Amino acid sequence: MSASFTPVSALIGGLMIGASAAILWLALGRIAGVSGILGRALHGAEGSERIWRILFLIGLPIGAGVAVLLGLADAPTAPPAQLGLAVAGGLLVGFGTRLGSGCTSGHGICGLARLSPRSLAATAIFMAAGMASVFALRHVIGG
Amino acid sequence: MTARRLPVIALGAGLLFGAGLAISGMHDPAKVLGFLDIAAIASGGWDPSLAFVMAGGLAVTLPAFWYARRRVVPFAAPAFQAPAATAIDRRLMLGALVFGVGWGLVGYCPGPALAALAFGATGAILFALAMMAGMILEGVVEDHVEKAVP
Repeated sequence: MSASFTPVSALIGGLMIGASAAILWLALGRIAGVSGILGRALHGAEGSERIWRILFLIGLPIGAGVAVLLGLADAPTAPPAQLGLAVAGGLLVGFGTRLGSGCTSGHGICGLARLSPRSLAATAIFMAAGMASVFALRHVIGG
Repeated sequence: MTARRLPVIALGAGLLFGAGLAISGMHDPAKVLGFLDIAAIASGGWDPSLAFVMAGGLAVTLPAFWYARRRVVPFAAPAFQAPAATAIDRRLMLGALVFGVGWGLVGYCPGPALAALAFGATGAILFALAMMAGMILEGVVEDHVEKAVP
């Protein structure tokens, strides 16, 4: 097991993410899927439907930044600054999550909790694809 | 009533989600890639943290969504807006595949990509901009396809 394995903080952070998703569903009847919320904020939603989405999205960097400032979390390492990799990865993630109607939060945290077979299929596919992508990059091309 | 509570609850949920991402370490692409790198299981360098994040999340959402089934309406909104689609179709599978490949390239999925903007790394900003462009592009493509195939 890796020395960077952090089961306790991972579990606590996971509980907080779950609590956020539970609040959005129980209070507002909305799925806490970041790709869906961002996608509709950019394209489709208007008025108060756009405003609540933007407020949720603004909360993400502020919440993460405050957690680090308070010493509750470590500052992250930077992603690779290669222009091509960042742009290709971003385009694929953006396009794919909208085409597949969800990401790690919408399908993974909310869809699985709704016992949706569709979300289980999506989660299995993007997990497998992510693993294959890392394998190819680290051990085939970069190996 | 609802109209006033909606933005406050949405911002609060976003803050909690973002703090959870940072505390779980998922704002760090190296940690996410450490989970996706299953070849490291054999060498002893695998980091299973992401599975614990999912487990922690589901430990709350499973009972919460189960409880929600007994309610007719949410606490502060007129209706539950459940996703309408139920079919495991080509669109879902292709989308999940494309998303997964991009996720593995950098280590960001949409939530962490936005949370990471707080730390100002060039790669994170480029990724987030490209991700938004990809989302808008998908929306535009879809609008055209819908118009072409009535």
